[in-house]
Amino acid sequence: MTSVLYDVPGPKARRISLIGSIVGVVVIGGLLALAIVTLAQQGIFQAQRWAIFGQADVWTLLFNGMSATLSAAAIAAVIAFPLGLLLCLMRISDIAWIRVPTRIVLEFLRGMPVVLMMLFVLLVFATNSFVAVVAGLVLYNAAIFAEIIRAGIQSLPKGQREAGLAIGLTSFQSRLSVELPQAIRRMLPSLVAQLVVLLKDTSLGYIVAYGELLRAVQVMADFLGPQFLFPVFFVAAAIYIAINLAVSRLAIWIERRGSKKAAGGVAKAPTAGVSTVVK
Amino acid sequence: MDVIIESLPQYWDGFLRTLFLAVVSGIIALIVGTLLAAARVSPVAALRGFSMAYVEVVRNTPLTIAFFFAAVVLPRLGVTFQQFEIAAIIALSAYTSAFIAEAVRSGVNSVPLGQAEAARSIGMTFGQVLSLIILPQALRTVVPPLINILIALVKNSSVAGAFFVLELFGYGKQLANDHGDAVMWVLVGVAFFYLLITVPLGYVAHQVERKVAIAR
Repeated sequence: MTSVLYDVPGPKARRISLIGSIVGVVVIGGLLALAIVTLAQQGIFQAQRWAIFGQADVWTLLFNGMSATLSAAAIAAVIAFPLGLLLCLMRISDIAWIRVPTRIVLEFLRGMPVVLMMLFVLLVFATNSFVAVVAGLVLYNAAIFAEIIRAGIQSLPKGQREAGLAIGLTSFQSRLSVELPQAIRRMLPSLVAQLVVLLKDTSLGYIVAYGELLRAVQVMADFLGPQFLFPVFFVAAAIYIAINLAVSRLAIWIERRGSKKAAGGVAKAPTAGVSTVVK
Repeated sequence: MDVIIESLPQYWDGFLRTLFLAVVSGIIALIVGTLLAAARVSPVAALRGFSMAYVEVVRNTPLTIAFFFAAVVLPRLGVTFQQFEIAAIIALSAYTSAFIAEAVRSGVNSVPLGQAEAARSIGMTFGQVLSLIILPQALRTVVPPLINILIALVKNSSVAGAFFVLELFGYGKQLANDHGDAVMWVLVGVAFFYLLITVPLGYVAHQVERKVAIAR
């Protein structure tokens, strides 16, 4: 890999960089070893502490926690996306008494911590924690989706809307059938990235006592004994991070794929019958 | 309504603590994030790899897990914090710095190639090119996204409130318990104080964005 920022390193620079890298690896490795030794002194690595993963119940609880996390995220995403579309259309409406209040509502929703919204729904509407988690996620993410799609519409060339209006579409029809499809395609990477945020935010459900993955860890530690807290937490955190990494990778893949296809600009969108062999 | 006026001292205390957490973690995150971004484009492969791995893992870790680790798991392992604020600041700045690193890196990529070439051609070293030519221009273009990250930081500090730090959200929970009959107003009060920080910041981001857009 070459960069304009620096020359291709010569023998001296390579040596310095190699020595530096080795020192860095040793320091980080040392810190890790220190952490592991400390943990070992606490008896973390005793086989019986990890033996609980041989029990089916533990996996059932972890699995339930995970499916609670994923189902809250999935339901919230499915509701939030159409709501975000609607809010976006209202936000860019030609009619002031729709546009202005929507703008205020969006500012309000975007400026609030998600966990506060969850707590609000939980306490004020006295719902169960699942509804509170989903409602908090929906309200916040719908506002973000709306802003993302709006940014997409604004990034379109002006001619798109003008052409739509010129062939006799109403303002709303032009938004719906000309601008929105392009905007959504353009903003797909941002939308998927926001899905990762949504998935991460389901962990806030722990705070409003929703039985998601982290809550399952807590329940197991209370039930099996505190000595199992670390192993269970470790596995649960690994599962969480693995799922998020997978979704982020998906977002990056979509972005790459999109930027390859869209390289020629919007006008080059593949027409029907022409197979795209852009690789 | 009366609850809000009655508990104004608590709200104010919580507001200041939220502000404190956000400002301190924000400053640390800005510095660490910029260093991470610099490491990401540096000639040393190990630095690039470290920066990449850090950003990738931290960005995909829910903040709640980090706080759970600091508040519940660490004490079990014998590590306790005298003040949980310190743990909160570490968690918040570690989390936010990953996002700042990504934003700064995209800013570095947005600086025209000729800038770096011109700097190199007059004999500047990598450190000089980065600190005198590239970063000043890159940071200017990423001010709006950086402000958005800082807004997210203010909102994320509410997670600290769920784990023993008495900032706005922490007080909100406490007050909601004490005033069971006026829960709605208690939380509306909390929301108001959050908006007091986030809405002006959002406005600044918007203005800067417009200015930069014209300047380009």
